[in-house]
Amino acid sequence: MRLVILEDYDQASEWAAKYICNRIIQFKPSQGRYFTLGLPTGSTPLGCYKKLIEYHKNGDLSFKYVKTFNMDEYVGLPRNHPESYHSYMWNNFFKHIDIDPNNAHILDGNAPDLQAECDAFEKKIEEAGGIDLFVGGIGPDGHIAFNEPGSSLSSRTRLKTLAMDTILANAKYFDGDLSKVPTMALTVGVGTVMDAREVMILITGAHKAFALYKAIEEGVNHMWTVSAFQQHPRTIFVCDEDATLELRVKTVKYFKDFLT
Amino acid sequence: MPSNKSVSDAPIVQFTNCRILRDHQLQREDLWVREGKILNPEKLFFDEKGSADVQLDCKDSIIAPGFIDVQINGGFGVDFSLATDDFKSGIDLVSQKILSHGVTSFCPTLVTSPSSVYHQVLPQISVRNGGTHGAGILGVHLEGPFISKEKKGAHPEHCLRTFEAGAFQDLLATYGSLDCVQIVTLAPEMRRSSEVIRELTKRGICVSLGHSVANLSQAEEAVQHGATFITHLFNAMLPFHHRDPGIVGLLTSDRIPAGRRVFYGMISDGIHTNPAALRIAHRAHPKGLVLVTDAIAGMGLAPGRHTLGQQVVEIDGLNTYIAGTKTLSGSVATMDTCVRHFQEAIGCSVETALEAASLHPAQLLGIEHKKGTLNYDSDADFLMLNDSLYVQATYIAGEEVWRQDVSGM
Repeated sequence: MRLVILEDYDQASEWAAKYICNRIIQFKPSQGRYFTLGLPTGSTPLGCYKKLIEYHKNGDLSFKYVKTFNMDEYVGLPRNHPESYHSYMWNNFFKHIDIDPNNAHILDGNAPDLQAECDAFEKKIEEAGGIDLFVGGIGPDGHIAFNEPGSSLSSRTRLKTLAMDTILANAKYFDGDLSKVPTMALTVGVGTVMDAREVMILITGAHKAFALYKAIEEGVNHMWTVSAFQQHPRTIFVCDEDATLELRVKTVKYFKDFLT
Repeated sequence: MPSNKSVSDAPIVQFTNCRILRDHQLQREDLWVREGKILNPEKLFFDEKGSADVQLDCKDSIIAPGFIDVQINGGFGVDFSLATDDFKSGIDLVSQKILSHGVTSFCPTLVTSPSSVYHQVLPQISVRNGGTHGAGILGVHLEGPFISKEKKGAHPEHCLRTFEAGAFQDLLATYGSLDCVQIVTLAPEMRRSSEVIRELTKRGICVSLGHSVANLSQAEEAVQHGATFITHLFNAMLPFHHRDPGIVGLLTSDRIPAGRRVFYGMISDGIHTNPAALRIAHRAHPKGLVLVTDAIAGMGLAPGRHTLGQQVVEIDGLNTYIAGTKTLSGSVATMDTCVRHFQEAIGCSVETALEAASLHPAQLLGIEHKKGTLNYDSDADFLMLNDSLYVQATYIAGEEVWRQDVSGM
């Protein structure tokens, strides 16, 4: 694991965006040779998306030969609902860049057969040649995507019922009304993300500090599903100072020394 | 990037680098157009996997819905109340010229005229879509002859009429046909006006109160029977009085039927209404304000004498009077001038000024589902303006129909 600690949210977002940008450029994607990117939603990656859009608008980065696969989507929420992950991705990313709509994949939470939709998503990832770089976040309960505590660490894309922690955390997006928050979602599995050639997890803010501690300083545990990435050959955790608040001083010093 | 043609083969145009008026605010968003309508780009992206065929850089312009003028008597030497041989080419000329003022739809207005004029002229006007040939015609506005003698303003007294004998039948006989009529201005204190208002409203015609000495009670009754508009507020009606506000009192009346809104036309040329009066009206009822030009034949022409129906009027700068008097008769201000004047006089936001000339007239006529906004699936009638609200380009059904000559001519 690589732990990259930046001073604040903006710097962490910029570091992550630069990393993604460089990965894509170094790959030299072209017709028939696409760079595949796994993408998250939520408040954490917003700064990173803004920076990527900036690089695109500057002419430094094109998404013409990039394929994207989002981690999850709510079940039963109309696709054009302002809180759906389709809306999130359109407003915060897709509408500002030059990605081919055929290459932007998001699970359909309103599909008539939800499991078939999940299986088809796995197939699409396979057909795209697997994911080059999966970018993700971490929930306050240590989940990756919607792999809530207790999810199998070898799980694949499937339907999940959301944990109360997650529903509470999401309530702020639904006028604070718990009854309006979706209770189920389609999500890539822990195993699905583990298959990616490289994984980058963004963690910012003091409220995520405990989850980060559990994910990297304790053992691999299905109650903190992000801990699975201790067993992935190429994972980077990008965080700000606040997210390190529950880590040992020794851990932080070790990884900070790398950056200097 | 080729767009997927799963729904339509028509080219998709994306207007970028602009600020669009949507949901009452200027937002930094792109405007997407296909087949003459505003397109939802998110739906295009996810449903059709489509993208733009053409991208146009709007150089940071403001994009607003096209202006809708519901009271315009003519312009450029053309008088809609005059039954000339080349009447049709007159309407065509005005509809083409007003594109440069940002007007994409209008209601040609006829002032009080002899019955013969209505019978000759009305059949020559038809509701039609706009385009490169000119602004769209939504229908005719008949201002008179069923108006009050005391408040006739510039209308010819000898042509005034009542409908106390046969009510609606009298009206129909006078006009000949109501086929393409969109608005009728009348004085509600006239006997049997309630029947007439009900009948007109039943036929989908907007009834407007004006050129009247009605008190508030009579005006409220007219609204209850279906009237929804006030013709050039303050002008040609009793002045506001604190014990009987008259028609002006409709702006704050509590006897308007639930779910209905009374709109009122304002000529904000800086002459017809003192800015303080304009502000009072706007503050009392901001959502009802509709900017109109009430432009006459002399609009767009040099100062001097011109006709307005059966009268001769004199133009001196922005002032127009019945020749030899101080009675105001219409205006020569253009719609974009009125919008700028209004914004300055009220000190309101750009959004408010633009909506008074687009959204509100569309709401008045019940057409806001397709005109007057930049909402998805609306007709793509819009303007590019600079920050001072000067029109740079006019589009109808997504097609550019006028552009400011760069040389400034």
